[in-house]
Amino acid sequence: MAITREEVLHVAKLARLELTEEEVGRLTDELGAILEAVGKVAELDLSDVPPTSHPLSLVNAWHDDELHDSLGLDEVFANAPQREGDLFRVPPTT
Amino acid sequence: MLDLIDGGSGTSGGGTSGIDTLRLGAEEAMHLLERGEVSPAELHAAYRTAIAQRDPELHCYLRTVDFEQDCTGIPVALKDVISTKGIETTAGSRLLEGYVPVFDSTVAARVKAAGLSVLGKTNTDEFAMGSSTENSAYGPSRNPWDPERVPGGSGGGTAAAVSAGLAPWGLGSDTGGSIKQPSALCGNVGLRPTYGTVSRYGIVAFASSLDQVGPVARNVRDCALLLSLIAGRDERDSTTVELPEPVRLPDAEDLKGLRIGVPKEMNEAAGIEPGVTAAVARAIELARELGAEVDECELPRSVEYGLACYYLIAPAEASSNLARYDGVRYGERADGERYAEMVERSRDAGFGDEPKRRIMLGTYALSAGYFEAFYGQAQKVRTVIAREHAAAFERFDVLVSPTSPTVAFRLGERAANPLAMYLSDLLTIPSCMAGLPGLNIPCGLSEGLPVGLQLIGPQFAENTLFRTGHALERALGFDPVPERLR
Repeated sequence: MAITREEVLHVAKLARLELTEEEVGRLTDELGAILEAVGKVAELDLSDVPPTSHPLSLVNAWHDDELHDSLGLDEVFANAPQREGDLFRVPPTT
Repeated sequence: MLDLIDGGSGTSGGGTSGIDTLRLGAEEAMHLLERGEVSPAELHAAYRTAIAQRDPELHCYLRTVDFEQDCTGIPVALKDVISTKGIETTAGSRLLEGYVPVFDSTVAARVKAAGLSVLGKTNTDEFAMGSSTENSAYGPSRNPWDPERVPGGSGGGTAAAVSAGLAPWGLGSDTGGSIKQPSALCGNVGLRPTYGTVSRYGIVAFASSLDQVGPVARNVRDCALLLSLIAGRDERDSTTVELPEPVRLPDAEDLKGLRIGVPKEMNEAAGIEPGVTAAVARAIELARELGAEVDECELPRSVEYGLACYYLIAPAEASSNLARYDGVRYGERADGERYAEMVERSRDAGFGDEPKRRIMLGTYALSAGYFEAFYGQAQKVRTVIAREHAAAFERFDVLVSPTSPTVAFRLGERAANPLAMYLSDLLTIPSCMAGLPGLNIPCGLSEGLPVGLQLIGPQFAENTLFRTGHALERALGFDPVPERLR
């Protein structure tokens, strides 16, 4: 199961990764080999089998509707690369 | 207890108080504290001395932590995916270099509440993705039995620390084998608990339907004791449950009445080394001598399709979990004129090769046009694996196999080939997919390196695993101290 260079670039865009040229080439080869191995799951006819998304059959894990203290703003911003007042500063979005 | 005190002689652990950290178990250390023979600060100091002696070679720790005056108990090592308030937590990634959590994970809070002192944060493959610690951005840890070899991964730092006497016990996290496999390669006891047993709150997330924190220790009783300190429902993780029965410290000396299944495919898989097969076969024979009923069984599709299933589901969940690292709220931020550019550059600069591979693989498996064929199909395989195990547990209480197909491999041996590295987890993965508990105990040596025996139980059967492991451990008489350190 080969993956093309164009597909790698497309997936990188979806994954918000700006890959270097070297990485694009290497990942095209590596992902091709890995996809061939994991593509093995297609061998099984499982049309009647339901999917499992979670190992426990938990339903409705409620907790009491009580107020709890939350982190203060200085703690929230403690690891922020850039803070401006009570906001995370980022470069312009457009 | 006298044999634990060596008067500070020679190379064996040492320290001012004469505590031999290579030999001292956690339960024994607690007894020393109770009898006032040693103080919590002295115990902490003894391990710090051992770390100063041996960690420059082994690199188990990313950072050590000074003794907190209010600690009343013995020390513990925490894998660096476990958030610790005020202590840098990097998950082995450059992206989180300098990240200092402002809150404790539930497991960190619970071990502290039990009086334990945090010795330090142990090395891990970046974001717990790997089987050797070679994917750590801070360099690999080394196996205390042979420093030219890997300690396994991702939790190689904790496992190597416990075996080298650099911690009495520690916590790891396991997604597809990251507790069991390093314990096997380092020759100690590691438990991956039933999914839902231990809170994931404050754990750096990898694959949320699989991640589970668990204990690593020198013996089975210590392992059970540490589990008892961290297990149980946590309101902050809605996937946790109250345990159906409390954790019991095992004292069984026989295995009468126990039904042990030997899955053919797990014990005869291609790639299992002859020395591993031989040590596991001896342990199974010993179980029979201890009174267990042993019979062969089958898990045909769990082994054949388990790895493929895991390497679709875990990367898919990882690609979603790791989307949070965008350079906005914490973590590395690269320069960029525009927001999107900043995010893409930050992620490319911060993530190492393995997280990138898995993010790419997972994003691909979840993307339009491929979702059903890959992720959807893998979820159905997961059902098949769970059903095969459930059928086996109608006949058996415990399933046994090697934990790792091989003994510890050499640094660099598998690093260049991702698929070869993924095969390290061939035998640990199937039960993880079914949310089952798994215990590794050392069962002998092959080529002078430890061989791990994997014991798998039904969900929430940890006490059965501890009983089985404890009786076998007594009968096997494995010396967990690496030969070169004795």
